[in-house]
Amino acid sequence: MFGVEKVEAIKKRRERWESEVLQESLETLPETHDTFTTISGLEVKRLYTPENIKDLDYERDLGFPGQYPFTRGIHPTMYRARIWTMRMFSGLGTAEDTNRRFKYLLEHGETGLSTAFHFPTLMGYCSDDPMARGEVGKCGVAIDTLKDMEILFDGIPMDRITTSMTINPPAAVLLAMYIVTAEKQGVSKKDIGGTIQNDMLKEFIAQKTFMLPPEPSLRIIVDTVEYCTKEVPKWNTISISGYHIREAGSTAVQELAFTLADGLTYVQACVDRGMDVDEFAPRLSFFFNAHIDFFEEIAKYRAARRIWARFMRERFKAKNSRSWMLRFHTQTAGCSLTAQQPYNNIIRTAYEALAAVMGGTQSLHTNSLDEVLALPTEEAATIALRTQQILAEETGVINTIDPLAGSYLVEALTEKMEQETMGYIDKIEAMGGMIAAIEKGYPQMEIADAAYRFQRDIEKTSRSLVGVNKYVTDHPPVEILKIDPEVERRQMARLQQVRQKRKGKKLKERLEQLHHAAEGKENLMPYIIECVREYATIQEICDVFRDVFGRYRDPGLF
Amino acid sequence: MGTGRKVRIMIAKPGLDGHDRGARVIARALRDAGFEVIYTGLHQSPEQIVAAAIQEDVDGVGLSNLSGAHLYLFSRVVELLKKEGVDDVVVFGGGIISDEDIPPLKGAGIKEIFTPGALLEDIIQWVKENIRPRS
Repeated sequence: MFGVEKVEAIKKRRERWESEVLQESLETLPETHDTFTTISGLEVKRLYTPENIKDLDYERDLGFPGQYPFTRGIHPTMYRARIWTMRMFSGLGTAEDTNRRFKYLLEHGETGLSTAFHFPTLMGYCSDDPMARGEVGKCGVAIDTLKDMEILFDGIPMDRITTSMTINPPAAVLLAMYIVTAEKQGVSKKDIGGTIQNDMLKEFIAQKTFMLPPEPSLRIIVDTVEYCTKEVPKWNTISISGYHIREAGSTAVQELAFTLADGLTYVQACVDRGMDVDEFAPRLSFFFNAHIDFFEEIAKYRAARRIWARFMRERFKAKNSRSWMLRFHTQTAGCSLTAQQPYNNIIRTAYEALAAVMGGTQSLHTNSLDEVLALPTEEAATIALRTQQILAEETGVINTIDPLAGSYLVEALTEKMEQETMGYIDKIEAMGGMIAAIEKGYPQMEIADAAYRFQRDIEKTSRSLVGVNKYVTDHPPVEILKIDPEVERRQMARLQQVRQKRKGKKLKERLEQLHHAAEGKENLMPYIIECVREYATIQEICDVFRDVFGRYRDPGLF
Repeated sequence: MGTGRKVRIMIAKPGLDGHDRGARVIARALRDAGFEVIYTGLHQSPEQIVAAAIQEDVDGVGLSNLSGAHLYLFSRVVELLKKEGVDDVVVFGGGIISDEDIPPLKGAGIKEIFTPGALLEDIIQWVKENIRPRS
């Protein structure tokens, strides 16, 4: 960005400053640490100057918002034209309970829905399976059949509200339920918008809700992408997620690198299926964590856009500029919250949300202060939503696009993120790609190492955690949400009723047709939709997959 | 840790919960502290955990759950151990567990519960003091 001569002059001036000014200052008042690092362990210098970004080329590396390589943002106007979508991840108890929470949040200014499912749904089991004992409605909403989905979206206009669903192994099943529910509301699948997470690679790596081995998992993902490209054009087919990788303990660089490597695997798999990259790539979206280290996170988002744009244009030869764009959702870091002095979590979340906005996010979930203790109460969720509204409407941070561009620090960190991320991606590709790397346990162990190192650092107090290893005081407990034990009984009773009312013969046929299709090579989505229409349970459909493809079991690495 | 063999601890993840960061960090910390550690991996039923504990002849079982299903799952593990006639394996647990759930868990036979923010050093110390090789 600066001429060679100018940089040389700055260098001389800096060296003079170091010997004449800095040295004396350090002698009278030494710095508090020998080295300063980000929360991920990247070293941060005392001072950044044009010397640190001397290789940065504005047109090549930054460009303009809405243009390649999108470092400055994907829209030409960013938040000046439209604020990010405020999308609060919610799900609790039965479909009725969650429907009420959805409506409450929408009434309070939320602009998109995001569904949290309970573990049995996430893993493809019904609420009355023995493995579901104790879990029903606890960590999200219980969805067993189409009936539950109809209740979940009752009174919510599916042509106007977009919905994100955090669902992975049975993503195709939940998408099918969403499509049929919309149909029953009189809304065509051409008009519904939303996202299924549908990112199995990061499940093997981090979030650990898995069902089938990697290869068949990938096949079903490609089926959903192929189907939606033709039939559900406004649907985001995969939310390629770093969030859970980070929550599992990774560094920021690992989060970015593993996520992008997963993304490259999906793109390649779709291309291998014979799809044109420009047909499906514009509907891929991403999901990142907003951790507490402010500048590191902003650099991560900016680097993410730049790296993805280059891969899409150069490796996959995409021609549509929408294929180059990395659009992303952000959630503040659950793992940065503390059970001690929980009100401090409001402050942590606010800083993290600010980083996401400075980094140009398209949508945002802000965690509630009590999420380290339980599912959020209505009051805690409202404060979290208000945090976003204050950010959007009071602070003025939306007034200009990519406000930290040109900061010597932020640009240098963005470059550093890119270099280190490319190092990981090259390494994974040398192993034979992400599936091979997962089979070797490579990303899993890299994350486990980072998580262990981090915990040790906290305990050596070389890293401060307010209320945990510093400024420790007793805090009276906050009120937390309890799931009524009746939820389990009510959900099982409904499931029984649905089973009794179904047309057994037709359902059996539909499941057999799905079984047959799964053994072959056809796209499974139309078959899944037909099963769902007959009120097949999520477990009946997933059992077909488990029968045909086998199960994936946790290797239990630590 | 006495003169006999090393203390054997099994870290287990009951139920469908996938949050394994804590379990794996603790497994590693206990191993580094000199214990022999077995980790079950995810998605184990209480029956599978009890069978593995008996087969591996462990001295203690550490259960981890962050999905809210701890009351059923933890108590069930203790109940099944008793049913198998095993009463000298120490069961402890951790996860997102509210203060009010701790007394019923202890009442069911879970000897200690560690909640978010618990330090590895404290957990290691507790294990050293409370779990001995079974004779």
